Amino acid sequence: MSTLTEAEAPPPTAPVPTAKPARRRGRWTPYLLLAPGLIWLVVFFAMPMVYQASTSVQTGSLEEGYRVTWHVATYWDALSEYYPQFLRSVLYAGTATFLCLLLGYPLAYLIAFRAGRWRNLILILVIAPFFTSFLIRTLAWKTILADGGPVVGALNSLHVLDVTSWLGLTAGDRVLATPLAVVCGLTYNFLPFMILPLYTSLERIDGRLHEAAGDLYATPLTTFRKVTFPLSMPGVVSGTLLTFIPASGDYVNAELLGSTNTQMIGNVIQSQFLRILDYPTAAALSFILMAAILIMVTVYIRRSGTEDLV
Amino acid sequence: MAFLNWLKRHLVVIAGLLTLGYLLLPNVVVTVFSFNQPKGRFNYEWQEFSTAAWTDPCGVADLCGSLSLSLQLAAWATLGATVLGTLIAFALVRYRFRARGAVNSLIFLPMAMPEVVMAASLLTLFLNLGAQLGFWTILIAHIMFCLSFVVVAVKARVMSMDPRLEEAARDLYAGPVQTFLRVTLPIAAPGIAAGALLAFALSFDDFIITNFNAGSTVTFPMFVWGSAQRGTPVQINVVGTAMFLIAVLFVVAGMVVTNRRKRQKA
Repeated sequence: MSTLTEAEAPPPTAPVPTAKPARRRGRWTPYLLLAPGLIWLVVFFAMPMVYQASTSVQTGSLEEGYRVTWHVATYWDALSEYYPQFLRSVLYAGTATFLCLLLGYPLAYLIAFRAGRWRNLILILVIAPFFTSFLIRTLAWKTILADGGPVVGALNSLHVLDVTSWLGLTAGDRVLATPLAVVCGLTYNFLPFMILPLYTSLERIDGRLHEAAGDLYATPLTTFRKVTFPLSMPGVVSGTLLTFIPASGDYVNAELLGSTNTQMIGNVIQSQFLRILDYPTAAALSFILMAAILIMVTVYIRRSGTEDLV
Repeated sequence: MAFLNWLKRHLVVIAGLLTLGYLLLPNVVVTVFSFNQPKGRFNYEWQEFSTAAWTDPCGVADLCGSLSLSLQLAAWATLGATVLGTLIAFALVRYRFRARGAVNSLIFLPMAMPEVVMAASLLTLFLNLGAQLGFWTILIAHIMFCLSFVVVAVKARVMSMDPRLEEAARDLYAGPVQTFLRVTLPIAAPGIAAGALLAFALSFDDFIITNFNAGSTVTFPMFVWGSAQRGTPVQINVVGTAMFLIAVLFVVAGMVVTNRRKRQKA
């Protein structure tokens, strides 16, 4: 740690008094300001959910039209037919989230504490890939992981592929069209969503706390375990959520880098809606995914004890 | 031993730089392969160097059309989401009103929802209403999911604003409109700009929600998706590389300007 620069950090500035709400004049002003945006969200976000719930309990066909018959069995049928894809989504998204945390933390730490004058440049490099369409970048993984390419060759000669195919992550000499490729793509695509919140919460940590821990004979590892990591928890929580939620509904990586054996629930919803046109089943699947995510997120936020996400 | 010590001290830096490499590797591949001359329909294997795609970026049917459609969509979606989102952000920070919790969750939920769920439910709405899928349905969808991000960006800025500045303006006999235009808006501008930039990037690169609600309209991400099935033209890589370079140039130029201003003030 560069102790000098951190000791010179200016003391926190006096808190700015918060904006005082509730002016007598214009009792209707807040509602007028809120109305256009909220109406948009109600009509195009909330109402569609209601339509979807209603579609999921309809029966009928494309030709004859659909009617609400409270056919709840659709949910049961959908679950019993597609539970492997549900499990796979949770498993892949969970693994990708864990890998993002594992890979992203050192980089966020590097930017926050060790980068010095390179800080802004590295931050730009983290954000810059966003400006190339993510589909093009995902397709680039097809080249990187190509059969017989340098990456696969290296993994093969280090006998990594033997281990991964024993674990069922890859198949033979191939990485493409296996779970490993899909998880690799998911990890890659959502990594910045992990790094940025981690960086924000790490950057807020007062460097003097590290020195204090060192003065009290904490080893660097203990300092990290008892001081840095607990203080970065808000970043860990929002980072994992920002990674897990989009990853669990994603179908792009599974479609471009995977095979029919690596389909996730997003692939099923997409093909039911856009190709097979079985709207009730598709709506039921989408509804189950939404409920599962909301329950998981609520439990997770409660347990980790951070309420302020917005 | 000395090497081991060095390694121990720089472990975080090495791990961080490896992650950075992982993040940037695809961009390097995209750039290199924009100079490729593929043999078949797909541009996944290196053949030979060529600048053919760079000299003829619109040489593939529909590519530039889809690109300009995406830019138009992103511009309109940014405008819509920024206006609506900024109004909400000001209401949330500056006023007390009923049902605040409900409003907050209505803004939070679109960000906590997998895109495919929003996409699918919006499509059910459009199908039920018998709407014609195309430009307008995509625009509606894009404004919907960009809105919340604008609210968050603008809210953060307005919250950290010193209300005494506005009071000072009022004390100096500025009317409410004048105070807003001359004091409030300039201070909130960086937040609004950040929100707008985010909205533009989100809308321009959106695939999942567009895929569901576009009908037969082809945006640039839809074009790339289709070409992954039919054959990937090199021009896709040219567009990707050019976008990357332009964005980095803009960011660097912006940083140089702010740094210079800071130095002048100091």
